[in-house]
Amino acid sequence: MKILSVENLSRSFGGIKANDNVSFSVEQGSILGIIGPNGAGKSTLFDLITGYTKAESGKVQFFDKNIFGLSPDKISNLGVGRTFQKLKPFADQTLLENVMIGAFVKEKNVKKARDNALEIINFVDLIEKRHHFAKELSTGQRKRLEMARAMAIEPKLLLMDEVTGGVDQKTIPGLVELIKKMKKTGVTIITIEHNINIIMEISDNVLALDQGKSIAFGPPREIQKNKQVIDSYLGTFDAA
Amino acid sequence: MTSEIILQAIVTGLMMGLIYALIAAGLSLIFGLMEIVNFAHGEHLMLSMFSSFWLWSLFGLDPLFSIPITILLLAFCGVITHYFLIRYILKAKMLIQICATFGLSIFIRSIAQLLWTPDFRNVDKPLLEGRIELGSVFIGQPQLYASLVCLVAFVGLYLFVTKTETGLALQATAQDRHAAEVLGIPSNKMFAIGWAIGLGCVGVAGGMMANYFFIFTDVGINFALFAFVAVALGGFGSIIGCLYAGIIIGLVESLGGLLIDPSFKLLYVFVIYLLVVIYKPQGLFGRY
Repeated sequence: MKILSVENLSRSFGGIKANDNVSFSVEQGSILGIIGPNGAGKSTLFDLITGYTKAESGKVQFFDKNIFGLSPDKISNLGVGRTFQKLKPFADQTLLENVMIGAFVKEKNVKKARDNALEIINFVDLIEKRHHFAKELSTGQRKRLEMARAMAIEPKLLLMDEVTGGVDQKTIPGLVELIKKMKKTGVTIITIEHNINIIMEISDNVLALDQGKSIAFGPPREIQKNKQVIDSYLGTFDAA
Repeated sequence: MTSEIILQAIVTGLMMGLIYALIAAGLSLIFGLMEIVNFAHGEHLMLSMFSSFWLWSLFGLDPLFSIPITILLLAFCGVITHYFLIRYILKAKMLIQICATFGLSIFIRSIAQLLWTPDFRNVDKPLLEGRIELGSVFIGQPQLYASLVCLVAFVGLYLFVTKTETGLALQATAQDRHAAEVLGIPSNKMFAIGWAIGLGCVGVAGGMMANYFFIFTDVGINFALFAFVAVALGGFGSIIGCLYAGIIIGLVESLGGLLIDPSFKLLYVFVIYLLVVIYKPQGLFGRY
């Protein structure tokens, strides 16, 4: 069953087409990896899907509902969560408060929201840091915080923007394992990654973007062999 | 000069400081939430005092009992201000935002002068009258109760913002509205709530001050200036900073007037403001 269908989504900034008629769909319970060189329009695509930036044309269908043009809070309330490439923790709040803010979307009772938040913090292995302010956490821990906060809204679809970007090599395997663990909870994931080995390891399907256009879509092994993808991006892929 | 007189000045300063703190907290909450300075804050305070006055004058309702109505009226005024003015200038340049709220202040004051004339008014024989004597210190009952009510309101505001769902959502929106929106928090609603609470604080302070202050159309100007100093001193966006700053300002105003010269009370407060701007522009607890 398709959880998300995107059709001909477009957005320009000045004369630059950040997304140009992008179309793809995601099966429920799967992981879709999005790859592409810098400036390919990956993060913009997330912004358009989540209503963070208004698309100029196209269609975005979440289950049976057309979410094109809805505000970010309405899209979130339908069950679409996201994390940001440039991290956006609530720096002056504790980790627990950060996650509780997300948990309140589904649970208005303070005690229950706190319990739910603690459960999720435990899930992302940060329970001992729960009373630390977000600004005191390392980059890797902040990545986990954002993942926990997004999970707290109990999303059906989770968009994650470069989870392993900007962290040291030792931190990456733990974050990858966390993504796999999140998938096991039943949430559908779309993830942007620059680390092509990770994308190939975790994704059920891969969407390749270049200069705002979708140049390939399919299982990782097919994408690895796609000449257009190799030319524009995978030339740097050590296993290709 | 005896220690009793200094103690008297400290008590007076503390009581005024708590009122300044609550007025400043409303201003700070609004600024912290959307980075817009409400230059009409003094006029909103004036409206709250007139609300108490007219409820007493027309319906015989003592200011002590009309406080909930005044708070609701001011909160409604905050929501109206947001929906009819502020939301249109949220993304505008700062100069436009300043002109908008400054223009609002002139508009409110002019309308008030047109409707009610610039005459001075007061609530005659309110329930809170007289003074109590604690040792050598005399405390006016209206002032004492006003400061206590403001302190209770301040604590309530602090607990609301730090312990409740809406409070945490307000804080989240204040720190990063886009990150808050993707967690399902509607920023426009939060802004309206922020304005309602911010002006509700002014409603509490103004309603209580109507017991013992003269009520006239320019009454809010000095209070708003003190509130700006308190917000700068406490740190823009910091509610707890307003409490410390309000008390410091109240004490400086009172003790400065006693120890140096009462005619320069305003000067002492603004010297603090200048020192803050020069040496600690982010204030005591500020994040800007």
